[in-house]
Amino acid sequence: MNYIKESLSQVFGNKPSRPNKENQPDALKEIYQGKKGKLSKADVEAVRHEHVNTCCNKWQRRRWLTLISVNLLFVVSFAFDVQLLEGAMTASRFVGFHFADLNSALQVMLAYKHVVLNLVIGTTTVFIMWLLLGGRTFCSWVCPYHLLAEWAEYLHLWLVKKKIVTNHTFHRKTRSVFYVIFALLALISGYTVFETISPTGILSRALIYGPGVALVWVGVLLLFEVFYSRRAWCKYVCPIGVTYAVVGIASPVRVSYNAENCHHEGDCRKICEVPHVLDLTIRGAAYDVNQDVSADCTRCGMCVDVCPTDSLNFKIKGLDKFH
Amino acid sequence: MKKSSTPPKNKKKTVLSKKRREQNRREFIRSVALTAGVVTASVAGLLPIAQGSSNRLRPPGALKQLSDEQELFAACIKCGQCVQVCPVNAIKLADMDEGVGIGVPYIDAREQACDFSCDGLQCVLACPTGALTHDLDYPADTRMGFARLDKPRKCLAVQGKGFKGQARGSEYKGLLRYDEIDRWNPIPVADHPYDVEVCDLCVRQCPIEIRIAQCEEKEREKATSKKHIKLARVAEQHGNECPPKHAIEMQEMENRDGVKRLVPAVLDGCVGCGVCEMICPVEGSPAIVIDIDKVTDWS
Repeated sequence: MNYIKESLSQVFGNKPSRPNKENQPDALKEIYQGKKGKLSKADVEAVRHEHVNTCCNKWQRRRWLTLISVNLLFVVSFAFDVQLLEGAMTASRFVGFHFADLNSALQVMLAYKHVVLNLVIGTTTVFIMWLLLGGRTFCSWVCPYHLLAEWAEYLHLWLVKKKIVTNHTFHRKTRSVFYVIFALLALISGYTVFETISPTGILSRALIYGPGVALVWVGVLLLFEVFYSRRAWCKYVCPIGVTYAVVGIASPVRVSYNAENCHHEGDCRKICEVPHVLDLTIRGAAYDVNQDVSADCTRCGMCVDVCPTDSLNFKIKGLDKFH
Repeated sequence: MKKSSTPPKNKKKTVLSKKRREQNRREFIRSVALTAGVVTASVAGLLPIAQGSSNRLRPPGALKQLSDEQELFAACIKCGQCVQVCPVNAIKLADMDEGVGIGVPYIDAREQACDFSCDGLQCVLACPTGALTHDLDYPADTRMGFARLDKPRKCLAVQGKGFKGQARGSEYKGLLRYDEIDRWNPIPVADHPYDVEVCDLCVRQCPIEIRIAQCEEKEREKATSKKHIKLARVAEQHGNECPPKHAIEMQEMENRDGVKRLVPAVLDGCVGCGVCEMICPVEGSPAIVIDIDKVTDWS
């Protein structure tokens, strides 16, 4: 399985590919066989229980702290005129260095059809930064909407548990359709049409420069995600995620899966925002004993935190695994 | 049709259960509806443009031709760096009611005008995409709008009146840079009361006029100075830093009763910064305003 092709395929909206049984390495087949019938429901439940009692939200805490700190830095810099970090999430200067959100830069380039040097610098800087840090890492570690959407998700899941709402899914390829439409709209109309409704930009600006009517739109999206469709914006619409996912394909920062001790109980898939990337944890579905999760992963670390058998970990390709 | 999710993948086409097919169909219809809905919402952003209701006074260098702001909206990445660098906080970012104009900077001159106290068009320098074009060097080059005596009968000078006190009242929060008080920092207008026999605040505070006066003063000094001041070549070449044309002056006119009065008259050099609109002491709507669908013919 080619990681690049598989990542592109999943980002596009295809279901994760499954290996042919014949092509699976013997070591992996032995691991799967060895678990047949060995894992009683009681055993699995016991391990889970113990983990839940001792485990943590380690990565979630670090992530939320980072997200809040980054956005707070923007706010404080403006409020006190510190000029350490100027601008907002869509484009900024940090100690004089230009940063430009890749998707916003794309919208501007398509609509305006001219690029000035500062924008080239800003886009290149951000491209390299997320190439190194993991592409969609932006989504769960920086994007202000993501944090609100996570809180909305907790509310949604609670309502689902109480049987007050049902989740409605959409086709994952819808996101790719949106990507093309938003790009074409910018190109043809000459306006950055996507930026009008982008909750990332709206929230970032609202935090720094003050609230406005645009927050009603963000509220509408959140209500939609609470009452109708779990994490709908991030999963089915947002082109920013697509852009960063593609950048992240070449990134060394990944979540890595090891099949040896996995109980296949699916706790990871239950909390993941993009559960298709964790289909490889289903018994029989991996290509190898060790397999990297595809680039559509937002590196949020929730699966790493929740896994009761330590089968999922962050890794930096080239360095040893760490957690 | 998608394949069902039971592994493994094989060449034989798996037959989906009726329930599954129904689910897939519903999901497809939902997806089409979602696409239509969100695209409509985003395209609705073009309505204010079509209606022409999104036009505003924009910061210096904004990529616009009179009422056509398409290039400004296209190039602007809605980051607000221009907002941060303005020393008088004249720049604000538009809200969603402006559609695709959301996040694009504008100036509400009556509330806070651009007075060029940044000494170097900082907003233009800060803009990372060229939405505020770097194609200009000095305040006199900007073309934000053009002033006009909108309500001559309300104008105090036309009425022969003077003005004494705070130009916009004690509650007013606007800032202005007064060179003689603080060369480097703007101060609240409320802290600088006036006392003039014939109201000429718009002419007196016009940043272009102030700069011209400073240039003329420098010329006089050079001419009368006994010492031979050797200027660096760069300083000599800065001749065009002085605005080449006057922007506004008090002109004599005769009113209906044959009485001679002074009237502010806008001239070719006006760049539309809005200080006159801001400082006009007439309560409520100012007597002099900035037209945004007009700029000076002079270039």
